[in-house]
Amino acid sequence: MAERTVTVASRVGLHARPATLFTQAVAATGMPVTIAKAGGEPVDASSILFVMSLGVPYGDQVTLAVDGPGADEVLDGLVALLATDLDAPADPGTPS
Amino acid sequence: MAAASSGTVLHGVGVGRRAAIGPVVRVQPAPAVPPDTVLMVDGRPATPDQVRDAAGAAFTAVAQALTTQSSRATGTVRDVLAATAQMAGDPALRAQVLSRVAGGEPPVSAVDAVVNQFAGGYLAERVTDLRSVRDRVVARLMGLAEPGVPELAQPSIVVARDLAPADTSALDLDKVLALVTELGGPTSHTAIIAGQLGLPCVVRVAGADQLADGALVAVDAANGTVTVDPDAALRETLARRELAEQALTQDTAPGATADGHAVALLANIGTAADAARVGAVEGVGLFRTEVLFLERTSAPTRSEQAEAYEAALRALGGRKVVVRTLDAGADKPLAFATAPDEENPALGVRGYRLVRTHPELLDTQLEALADAQRATGTTPWVMAPMIATAAEAREFATRARAAGVATVGVMVEIPAAALRAREVLAEVDFVSLGTNDLAQYTMATDRLRGELADLLDAWQPAVLDLVAATARAGVELGKPVGVCGESAADPLMALVLVGMGITSLSMSAGAVPAVRYALRHHTLERCRQMAAAALGAPGAGEGRAAVTALLSDDARTVLVG
Repeated sequence: MAERTVTVASRVGLHARPATLFTQAVAATGMPVTIAKAGGEPVDASSILFVMSLGVPYGDQVTLAVDGPGADEVLDGLVALLATDLDAPADPGTPS
Repeated sequence: MAAASSGTVLHGVGVGRRAAIGPVVRVQPAPAVPPDTVLMVDGRPATPDQVRDAAGAAFTAVAQALTTQSSRATGTVRDVLAATAQMAGDPALRAQVLSRVAGGEPPVSAVDAVVNQFAGGYLAERVTDLRSVRDRVVARLMGLAEPGVPELAQPSIVVARDLAPADTSALDLDKVLALVTELGGPTSHTAIIAGQLGLPCVVRVAGADQLADGALVAVDAANGTVTVDPDAALRETLARRELAEQALTQDTAPGATADGHAVALLANIGTAADAARVGAVEGVGLFRTEVLFLERTSAPTRSEQAEAYEAALRALGGRKVVVRTLDAGADKPLAFATAPDEENPALGVRGYRLVRTHPELLDTQLEALADAQRATGTTPWVMAPMIATAAEAREFATRARAAGVATVGVMVEIPAAALRAREVLAEVDFVSLGTNDLAQYTMATDRLRGELADLLDAWQPAVLDLVAATARAGVELGKPVGVCGESAADPLMALVLVGMGITSLSMSAGAVPAVRYALRHHTLERCRQMAAAALGAPGAGEGRAAVTALLSDDARTVLVG
């Protein structure tokens, strides 16, 4: 079991666009990666619903874990992704 | 359901004044299926294994269809559809539903249970996407028509029972000529979107369910009508009105009555990008700052906010800007601040009241606004939403001034604040009336309940009494009293408001030309007569009619005709 702890670098937290990009990257690995908040239960990291439900804010740490061949390389890629600000300079223009 | 025949005229409540002619495209409603409905296969109730396979296939098919639709779309529509597709394909959602149905639970009940379990907390803002997935999967499973917004192949009139925010965000607006809904009200989400985009819109149209896909209809928001197969005479009238409407937009002079009484005509915006697009207005009367806070797990930092406020102030180049501090809660939940379990969110911890649970949100925002003020040399007017008492107004003013904000105001949208307008206004530099919420709270009528739209009418004399009381306090204290609700966008109501003593009107930028025209064709004295007529009327309809009778002949032709 490979495991890595990383600080979330996206300013909006692991939410919205960053959560989308992260879960898509996890799904693309085809491996059963889990994600957990400090002291929390690990959940399926390819599920946008689970990942957004964690509500990880900017600057908090999460732990990724996976078992299987090439686990270390898979985690290297995902850790690098979380350590980047994934929030594009978007203008949602949401009317209210 | 019989299709409406040629020449049929359906009536509803018009939003805005434009008109459009085009083919109908219907938005399918959510499937109405009891949760314990049994899935039938070959005339027999399906076994748990068959249900599991069918549910799995439904999730796969919905995700695929949304992905395909997304890949053909562009911009926001593409993103919204892609996000919904991702939820439909979510492994956790799928696995939990399949495990429930494999255990014998009826499929609709299983989907609902899992969706409800996720729909809360940090996913509060995504509930509409999640419900959309739910509706599509249930429809697919039960063999019903695909719910939601179809792809538009050509410019069309979109007809729906009602439109949710998720529906409108999935619409390719470049291909929407007009919106028609059977439900909804003039202050509902659909109407506000239509107002912002300048689209003709008629809500509460009885019989809208009889408009068939592909039928040619004329939508006339000024008269609140939808006509099937419009004849040549109607087409000509609408074309003539459109020309007059375009002529109005040529006039970009500051707002004033015929005798030169100045009334600032301002625009409502939500982002700095909107600020760059407002066009020929005298400034911004309502900068909603919620957009900065949505879709995040934590609040934006002081410097992030200052950057956005500075961009908006610079885009407006020294023109007046009224910024509303965070108005979250009720229909605009925030993942990190809104209590998830409020039974009555419209009456709960929303707007300024968030200071009770999250004071740091307001203080950071006020500091960021002061930063932007220093950086640009432009003084934004800063106001708090949902103020109920003079004490709250004082407390907000103290916080704002301590942070360095120079011009401080509050919104009057709670009847308590309007009734004590003198005392509230004494604590601040200005107030702005939010007439949508003021009507909602005065008439005890949910803004989102279309069937109560008549009670919510801004022409209701009780609502006008509170507006007039607030305007009077402004005149007595010599302080500005603006209006930033939908009623400022109605040229007739704008005349009434000016007659009451309102000093500025803020609306969607597209509504400004008609209001400017209305003011220019009436004296302040005539506006005062109109205000007296509206206040003296026994009801909303009578008030509007009395004011219409006082319009100049020219204005009646252009604005009502």
